[in-house]
Amino acid sequence: MLRFVFTRALLVVPTFIGMTLLAFFLIRLVPGDPIETLAGERGIDPARHAALVKAYGLDRPMLVQYGIYVERVLQGDLGKSMITQAPVVREFAALFPATVELATCAILFALVIGIPAGMLAAVRRNSIFDHGVMAVSLTGYSMPIFWWGLLLILMFSVQLGWTPVSGRIGVQYYFEPITGFHLVDAWLSGEKGALRSAAAHLVLPAIVLGTNPLAIIARMTRSAMLEVLGEDYIRTARAKGLSAVRVVAVHALRNALIPVITVIGLQVGVLFTGAILTETIFSWPGVGKWMIEAISRRDYPVLQGGLLLLGIVVMLVNLAVDLTYGLINPRISRSS
Amino acid sequence: MNLPASFLTGAAPPGPWREFWGSFRANAGAVAGLATVAAVILLALFAPWIAPYAPQLTDSSAFLKPPAWQAGGAWSHPLGTDAIGRDLLSRLIHGARLSLLIGVAVVTLSIVTGIVLGLVAGFYRGVVEIAVMRLMDIILTLPSLLLAIVIVAILGPGLMNAMLAVAVVLLPHYVRITRAAVISETSKDYVVAARVAGAGRLRLMLREVLPNCAAPLIVQASLGVSTAILDAAALGFLGLGAQPPAAEWGTMLADAREFVLRAWWVVTFPGLMILVTVLAFNLVGDGLRDALDPKLKR
Repeated sequence: MLRFVFTRALLVVPTFIGMTLLAFFLIRLVPGDPIETLAGERGIDPARHAALVKAYGLDRPMLVQYGIYVERVLQGDLGKSMITQAPVVREFAALFPATVELATCAILFALVIGIPAGMLAAVRRNSIFDHGVMAVSLTGYSMPIFWWGLLLILMFSVQLGWTPVSGRIGVQYYFEPITGFHLVDAWLSGEKGALRSAAAHLVLPAIVLGTNPLAIIARMTRSAMLEVLGEDYIRTARAKGLSAVRVVAVHALRNALIPVITVIGLQVGVLFTGAILTETIFSWPGVGKWMIEAISRRDYPVLQGGLLLLGIVVMLVNLAVDLTYGLINPRISRSS
Repeated sequence: MNLPASFLTGAAPPGPWREFWGSFRANAGAVAGLATVAAVILLALFAPWIAPYAPQLTDSSAFLKPPAWQAGGAWSHPLGTDAIGRDLLSRLIHGARLSLLIGVAVVTLSIVTGIVLGLVAGFYRGVVEIAVMRLMDIILTLPSLLLAIVIVAILGPGLMNAMLAVAVVLLPHYVRITRAAVISETSKDYVVAARVAGAGRLRLMLREVLPNCAAPLIVQASLGVSTAILDAAALGFLGLGAQPPAAEWGTMLADAREFVLRAWWVVTFPGLMILVTVLAFNLVGDGLRDALDPKLKR
């Protein structure tokens, strides 16, 4: 067991090195001289240019520069934003909880609706419900979520006035950001209406972001359940006279959930992708919007740092999923 | 008993193409998807003749006109006009051309590069294989849109760079399929026999191995077109893909965002086109996978 954990954890190292290489070299691909890019339109006089080149270490060999970069990354220094001059890591840490809160609510939405829908679709195979779930799931999978978000805003915020259009909370509320998660902080602060406002702001973005994972989870649950329901031990359970509910919910679901859990974990990458678009539409102050703004402002340290940090997060989540899967399914951990 | 009909009549069994078409045809969704894809292709091919106006033609007397069936609309602009008086229907039809071009170009580039990398990784094992597969793992780990926007941010916004970025993001799928096929086929007897008979590596790659991974590659290609169209539209929406005044559906949505209150048609129709096209390609891809997967053969 320990050996399994150790070997899996060790595989993370080459991926991490590869990501730092990618982040380092991608930025070097930017056309033009980096110092001149920093200087912008004002231009820079040659003596200062030479001094800056030395200061940034740009005259050293590429491999040495990469070594310095990795050393800094391991110490937690990913450079400073060119626009705000704040350390990239600090900006990321300030904005990341907003994205995590949104992603968590989105995946909860996807699970609460997706798993029961997939289960029922498998149990009532080839019924109208089954075809309906498959059709909705395929539509959700093919949906351009930036359009879906605009449509929902049009319908629910503008026409019906049920939900707010953008932001995380009404401007009239203020509370100390203890955890960074507005739902928790609003509840802790005890301010009247703050929790309700935070929740209302979360509804539409969570639905929009959760649509794609919902589709995938529903499909995956259905196909996993179908496979499990065809197994011999299910037939035995039915022959023993167990009720249908017990057979499905206790015996079948537990085994069907194993591949579903893996899929859930792997959705994290999809969630970050979707978060970039969702945060742009709903003006949600998270890391996705931060990256988009960095592009229009050509803030390369933010782009480089953001890419690396998000990649590391996804990598760690994948590792956690791998280990969890190995723990749940003893065949995997024993064989390695 | 489940015997094929040809067994009883003594006729020759159906060839692989007919068998494939029979399985594909039984899937109603796949057929509907194929019909829609065919319609979109026709729209794209004959766009200059079908569209009532040129896509860039502005009409200063008709800003933000609603669709024909609403009050204030006219049948001269059946789906309405946008903020600078361009006919929406014409732009949508020309957008089909652009989107199909994007989908096909991206997938072609990705497949060709993916096959080459997969073959190289599978045949010349060792360090080359490790390096290639690690790179593919990293591309798969990073969120796809994030990697695409960083690539476009570096190379500069524009349609070509957006297509390149999406092609890079799609690459790992084809590399993995090809490499897996190489590894599973090279251990088989017929490949060993060919090698003993003196066949060189290149011949082995192209004649023996490649035809055997054609089926999963075709399925992945169809699904890849839908992903490419969706990702390119997302990049267009973020201002990083096709630049205005190009009539790309995602770019049209970016322009339309500020009119969500006043002009619902400018927001609804481009997105609907994206949804329908992507859905159609996904249905076709699913149908292909079900028809080509031998485990599902009854």
